[in-house]
Amino acid sequence: MSESARIWANLILILAAVFAFSALLSWIERRLLGVWQDRYGPNRVGPFGILQIVADSIKLLTKEDWVPPFADKAVFVLAPTIVAVTALLAFAVVPIAPDIGVVDLNIGLLFFLAMSSLGVYSVVLGGWASNNKYSLLGGFRAAAQMLSYEVFMGLALMGVVMLAGSFNLRDIVAAQENLWFCVPQILGLATFTVAGIAEARRLPFDLPESENELVAGFHTEYSSMKFGLFFIGEYVGITLISAMIVTLFFGGWLGPLLPPLVWFLLKTFIVIACFVLLRAALPRPRYDQLMAYGWKVMLPLTLVNLLITGAVVLSAA
Amino acid sequence: MEATFYLSAAVAVAATLMVVTRASAVHALLYLIVSLLAVAVVFFVLGAPFVAALEVIIYAGAIMVLFVFVIMMLNLGNAAAVKEREWLRPGMWMGPAILSALLLAELIYILVGNEGAAIAGRAAVDSREVGITLFGPYLLGVELASLLLLAGLVGACHLGWHTESAWSSHSESLSDSHGHEHG
Amino acid sequence: MWNSLKTMWIIFLHMFHRRVTIQYPDEKPKIPPRWRGRIILSRDPDGEERCVACYLCAAACPVDCIALQATEDEHGRRYPEFFRINFSRCIFCGYCEEACPTDAIQLTPDFEMGEYNRKNLVYEKEDLLIDGTGKYPGYNFYRVAGVGIGGKHKGDAENEAPPVDPRSLLP
Repeated sequence: MSESARIWANLILILAAVFAFSALLSWIERRLLGVWQDRYGPNRVGPFGILQIVADSIKLLTKEDWVPPFADKAVFVLAPTIVAVTALLAFAVVPIAPDIGVVDLNIGLLFFLAMSSLGVYSVVLGGWASNNKYSLLGGFRAAAQMLSYEVFMGLALMGVVMLAGSFNLRDIVAAQENLWFCVPQILGLATFTVAGIAEARRLPFDLPESENELVAGFHTEYSSMKFGLFFIGEYVGITLISAMIVTLFFGGWLGPLLPPLVWFLLKTFIVIACFVLLRAALPRPRYDQLMAYGWKVMLPLTLVNLLITGAVVLSAA
Repeated sequence: MEATFYLSAAVAVAATLMVVTRASAVHALLYLIVSLLAVAVVFFVLGAPFVAALEVIIYAGAIMVLFVFVIMMLNLGNAAAVKEREWLRPGMWMGPAILSALLLAELIYILVGNEGAAIAGRAAVDSREVGITLFGPYLLGVELASLLLLAGLVGACHLGWHTESAWSSHSESLSDSHGHEHG
Repeated sequence: MWNSLKTMWIIFLHMFHRRVTIQYPDEKPKIPPRWRGRIILSRDPDGEERCVACYLCAAACPVDCIALQATEDEHGRRYPEFFRINFSRCIFCGYCEEACPTDAIQLTPDFEMGEYNRKNLVYEKEDLLIDGTGKYPGYNFYRVAGVGIGGKHKGDAENEAPPVDPRSLLP
């Protein structure tokens, strides 16, 4: 197989796999939530309810696609595509296994950060274009929250970059051959996880769409497939953050006995399960608590982590 | 590579033109974001991937979000768009347009004059090199910029600080705990 | 922070708890006999309609879902000519059952009343009437009431003295 054919095959397979897995995730999440809340979750359609995703997508696709007359039409239509596109683009740099992955970018980590920072627009613009006060409030919250948490999301990863000496994700995985970075970078792992959840707008940090005060936040006015894109985008985002945590802190595809791909998928799934557990367990904080937590606890923590890591790396060199 | 450069450069110019002519502020900002992204691609093609990534993260991803945030907060309606359209009369944009045309002519002259200096095909500048350069020959510039940012930080801190008098309506115990929180 | 982690651990342990969900269509829930479900009209032990068409249920109904028309047979026994309950309005509050003086109208533990057509939720008397006595076996209103109907005169009811003739001079 020629080089370009291999890349194209990789691209299409990864895209299909990410989409399929993200759709499946909506079912996995509900089943897992059921497990942790003493109930079953969807178990009626197909074996173990796995065809629930088919039923859900049929329902989503056949709903009326409604653009409110008071909305800013162009921006309203544009917003949901941004979230899906940026999340999928960021997947291009994730090294899944030694020979699986779309591109091997020198600045892979920065590319991931850039894409996740562009993802904010979908929420902010969706909230603004809906021309609805609840959506607008959701958009405000999203803008402030994601901006705040982005700051230390990047800083939390700089410790990893210092240890690996590269922004290339494959180099970072290779640098964890002897010791996974979750041990020396435990602070970085904690802060990056928190920031990642906030970036993916997951409970307990889903203030942009907090149902019990803002109706549905930024996607109040969205229906049908436009809502579906937000939905898929959120699940792709969770998968992306989990894959990044695995790549940066848990040695990516590294592991004994099993093939690399299986190791990567297994680790990613465990991290996703932890995210779902977080959702099952924790309530949503108040907005000022969220902001204070980000700026007054997490940011100093990442700076301390950066200082210590820098000192250790310097003294070792 | 050459084609990518010219394409993204054309996108950047077109998007910037749209920024100036849009009546709605949010639409203008959206075009500005597109322009910044195109500039990032230009940087990437020219062999500066680090700068390209930072352009997207900082300019497109952070600063522009703040702009959008503020514009959203201002809640500009149709009246603002109408006023904006009134300002876009030839009389208003003729002066700046002539000056810009002069600059453009100068740029073209320089580009045509230095035909030998190829744009693409330069070796990529990686992040390590950028760091060494910043903290080597350009250390003074970095320090000055950081001082400027520190001044901004202190100013923002001062503006955001709740003085005791502002909290006078609150009970004493509340103000006490708040003072502690900010300290 | 520590509290959050403890919460997560406790929730994680819930994995090994028993599920509280009842798998409804496969596994029927156990419904208490006094559950307020589908409304029925019962008959007395002799097989006659208990309802005397007094309109008290219709008056008590907060959503006005009961409609009926009283009539009499040749013996002077009152019964409803029609009796109609619109279950798409009914809120199953049970006030009709409380108001009923003859224990005719009763709520049952049946709740599976789903319909594809809204009109099918309007129940007529023949849909409502059951053959049994419902929750109160052995109770027959006319056997304890003072009113006289065909075959039973005043004073013939249980625990009832014969009527006094006020015009009689006998002590």
